[in-house]
Amino acid sequence: MSQAPLLRVSNLTHMYGNRVGCRDVSFELWPGEVIGIVGESGSGKSTLLSCLSTRQQPSAGLVEYDTADQGLTDVYALSEPRRRMLMRTDWGIVHQNPRDGLRMGVSAGANVGERLMAVGARHYGRIREQAGQWLDKVEIDPTRMDDQPATFSGGMLQRLQIARNLVTHPRLVFMDEPTGGLDVSVQARLLDLLRRLVTDLGLSAIVVTHDLAVARLLAHRLMVMRQGEVVEHGLTDQVLDDPHHPYTQLLVSSVLQP
Amino acid sequence: MSTGYNFAYLDEQTKRMLRRALLKAVAIPGYQVPFGSREMPLPYGWGTGGIQVTAAVIGADDILKVIDQGADDTTNAVSIRRFFARTAGVATTEKTREATVIQTRHRIPETPLSEGQIMVYQVPIPEPLRWLEPRETETRKMHALADYGAMHVKLYEDIARYGHIATTYDYPVLVNDRYLMRPSPIPKFDNPKMDNSPALQLFGAGREKRIYAVPPYTSVKSLDFEDHPFEIQRWDQACALCGATESFLDEVVTDDAGGRMYVCSDSDYCGERRDEVEQ
Repeated sequence: MSQAPLLRVSNLTHMYGNRVGCRDVSFELWPGEVIGIVGESGSGKSTLLSCLSTRQQPSAGLVEYDTADQGLTDVYALSEPRRRMLMRTDWGIVHQNPRDGLRMGVSAGANVGERLMAVGARHYGRIREQAGQWLDKVEIDPTRMDDQPATFSGGMLQRLQIARNLVTHPRLVFMDEPTGGLDVSVQARLLDLLRRLVTDLGLSAIVVTHDLAVARLLAHRLMVMRQGEVVEHGLTDQVLDDPHHPYTQLLVSSVLQP
Repeated sequence: MSTGYNFAYLDEQTKRMLRRALLKAVAIPGYQVPFGSREMPLPYGWGTGGIQVTAAVIGADDILKVIDQGADDTTNAVSIRRFFARTAGVATTEKTREATVIQTRHRIPETPLSEGQIMVYQVPIPEPLRWLEPRETETRKMHALADYGAMHVKLYEDIARYGHIATTYDYPVLVNDRYLMRPSPIPKFDNPKMDNSPALQLFGAGREKRIYAVPPYTSVKSLDFEDHPFEIQRWDQACALCGATESFLDEVVTDDAGGRMYVCSDSDYCGERRDEVEQ
């Protein structure tokens, strides 16, 4: 494992006027590590994720990312072109609703190839070949490459979105409820796939979810949020099997056992 | 010439404003300069942008030619030519070689342009990224950062669907290796004529209030893929009137029994070739 963390967050705070989005969040993410963020609706999970992925400027605090040439750098101090480059090469963002992360008007192949073209690929055959390989990796039949995403099922759309993000081999992927809105069997397959991809590619990821099972399967470490603050964090199994904070205890005990 | 109008219809202050925008446009090839578009005595979409640009650059001793769909004798061409003949008293012509200012819709003349000539294009929608990105703030940012990857997504989609790049007109170009530009709805057949042209090329969009320009001898590259290079249209036929094989041909339906003929869309070029044969 390398010496520097991939992402370092210090005292991150975001306020919506007088209301707290998230307060005083600090953590480090190391290469190859998956951190889960759990908590109820409105606890500031998604706010935190948008602040980390430069989609929303935080009110205070620092987000530093290990860039290839400069080491740990404040992402909000980067120039706009560099930040855009970072977002489409080093980072991936998987939205809860795949329609937010996809271009619904163009074919699946174009969706996967977009990032390649954005970083300068200009050879149709090679773009297509890579898009095909990635569709195969996320278990979408490559013969459906020229189909519109609108003809895909919810699970397929989510997998297409994942392929579109991973095609440039990012080091860090932000996922906002990647299994939201999918039925359980589809969820299970998607989780399997995500777990495999994360191990195979050595990805780091930050996964926001309200589903503790998803957190247990994917995350190495877990942060529990409540009312904008991190109330507990530690290794996933530790937090889930031996919750200390009363809210975490409540959260863990609220899971229905079939 | 009608009295009661200022020279070339627009008042002098408006022309100054237009010229200032034009100078900026020429200084930054392909960049869209906003300008205060005026109400013209004809509807948007009929070439108000082009007419304002022409009014700003035309002088008393200029000779004006107006093309609409390649022809000099269609309604718009005739009306715009007459408009400037009446309000500016300038000489008009149908000959490409004689003209100093050529206002056009849909075509660039087949006869090669020369130094000192000015091409004025009428532009309906100046923003090449508009159908990919509806937000003006975002498209401006994309231009500022030369972030043009999305344009290739459209070309990719063309090839994936039709097996070739099916965009045939208003084909996106990169000007001076920097700005992405819409060449107005000319067929892609005319795109190569823009590259390193000795003539000054000005573009006016009246409704969208934008002016842009390509100065003489500036590179204009049509976007493509390495394995799907840019190609212009070709025809199996020659022009039925003059026999030209190198010009852009229009298909004209001649009767109700499926009869049709192919003729040059550039009426001046076609006429000139026929005159040569007669002599």
